[in-house]
Amino acid sequence: MTITPTLSYLTSSIFFILSIRFLASPKSARQGNILGTIGMLLAIITTLSIHPASNIVAIIGTLALGACIGIYSGLKVKMTSLPQMIAIFNGLGGLSAVCIALAETISKSTSYLDNSLGLIIGAIAFSGSIIAFAKLQGIISAKAISSKLILFLQLSLSIATLFLCIIYILNGNPNIFYIMGIICIILGVLMVIPIGGADMPVVISLLNSYSGWACVGIGFSLQNPLLIIVGSIVGASGAILSYIMIKAMNRSLTNVLFGGIEKSSNSKSTISPQQTAQSGSPEDAAFIMENANKIIIVPGYGMAAAQAQHALKAMADELHNHYGVEVKYAIHPVAGRMPGHMNVLLAEANVPYDDVFELEDINREFATADVAYIIGANDITNPLAKTDSSSPIYGMPILDVEKAKTVFFVKRSLGHGYSGIENPLFFAPNTIMLYGDAKKVTEDIVKILEST
Amino acid sequence: MDIGTLLTVLTLSCFIGYFVVWGVTPSLHSPLMSVSNAISGIVIVGAIIAASHSSETTPQIFSLIAIFLASINIFGGFAVSHRMLLMFKKKEKKQ
Repeated sequence: MTITPTLSYLTSSIFFILSIRFLASPKSARQGNILGTIGMLLAIITTLSIHPASNIVAIIGTLALGACIGIYSGLKVKMTSLPQMIAIFNGLGGLSAVCIALAETISKSTSYLDNSLGLIIGAIAFSGSIIAFAKLQGIISAKAISSKLILFLQLSLSIATLFLCIIYILNGNPNIFYIMGIICIILGVLMVIPIGGADMPVVISLLNSYSGWACVGIGFSLQNPLLIIVGSIVGASGAILSYIMIKAMNRSLTNVLFGGIEKSSNSKSTISPQQTAQSGSPEDAAFIMENANKIIIVPGYGMAAAQAQHALKAMADELHNHYGVEVKYAIHPVAGRMPGHMNVLLAEANVPYDDVFELEDINREFATADVAYIIGANDITNPLAKTDSSSPIYGMPILDVEKAKTVFFVKRSLGHGYSGIENPLFFAPNTIMLYGDAKKVTEDIVKILEST
Repeated sequence: MDIGTLLTVLTLSCFIGYFVVWGVTPSLHSPLMSVSNAISGIVIVGAIIAASHSSETTPQIFSLIAIFLASINIFGGFAVSHRMLLMFKKKEKKQ
């Protein structure tokens, strides 16, 4: 390699590192994304110029076609479908790594180990992401399935992959390589099938990480440091995000991947059957909120599902502009279906990011808040996480909404959260349930606030 | 390039990745996912190299498919991230 391409690969690596670095603040984030795009174009142009190919027209043609499809779908997708979109893009990246590993193997590349890594990780990232997409899109059920059979299959296929990989490295028979690819595609499906909707943030981050490591494998096979640098940064990013999500649920990775959440049978006694939850009307809610000084809104997946973020913003504006109420938003790390999901939806509804707070920054403020308005969230507010050591969510950090003077839960019913356990907060004397669709209830409150 | 150099690159990059990613503010975790997803499309470099150095038809076809898929991933990822980041606004100052 001569010095010029090396320098331009180095420059694009630096651009990629900066593009992530600039995400440290919303102010610089946009430049970061632009730097990343420039880095990518630079890398592509450099590669095309140092590897003159006879089929250059075909290469640029496919590239342009892919770019058009990508940009079109990227600009058209609804913000509520973002998690699915990211899952499907990730799957394509994984499949791309698989295709490269196949092309290299057919052209008799001898980097057996590196190609195997690209193939195995890429295949799992591909089929896993497709299943995650199907679950998020509602094509297949998002329920968590815990089955000994799936666990057994996962284990045996993993062992089979390991053995095939060793045999392939020793004798280089391409047929073994193809079988390995098929097994890994099945393995990816089996890994994501048992995982429930609320655990999707962990899974998406993990699959994201896989596609980075697949990239590292390909980088070793082609001896290209750029692929190794970028792949490991992506790998680290996905791994750290999954770690943050898992910690925010106080669970372990094995528990998320293999356990489902254990349905506990002995912790239900904390609520006596004669307790009833008091329900209120939008009028009650409007009256209490317009007389409040400080309101903290806690959104959850239910807000995303009902697309209530715009109504919520209208309510907050009405309260702030006409009644002088201070309104803040509190986000739990695992609220929604991907890391940072709630932040994006609130941003879409034009909520300024300096009104939106993370758990550790706002948790103490509930004690001074007059109202906590919980919309489409449940488990992340459940005080049993602090008090009941037999509860499956015990130890999970929660938002201390019960400390607010009045707590509103906007929910369809008194149903359980994802973890399947009761939330005693529903029956607390200062809690008022607002039954109904998150968007409808919030819109009703806005109407009443506007008319009084 | 020998394996030692590549391993050095890998190890040091993991450290860079670790520190840079921890610096990302939690409210931008979704854009982080889509940006990192887009840049993982850098495998396109590998796909172009594979397409240029193979003469047989089958590997050519696989490389071209790889280029196609990676470029959807790259440009779609950057487009989505750009849209997301445009939405993050600071509170307007009261006059």
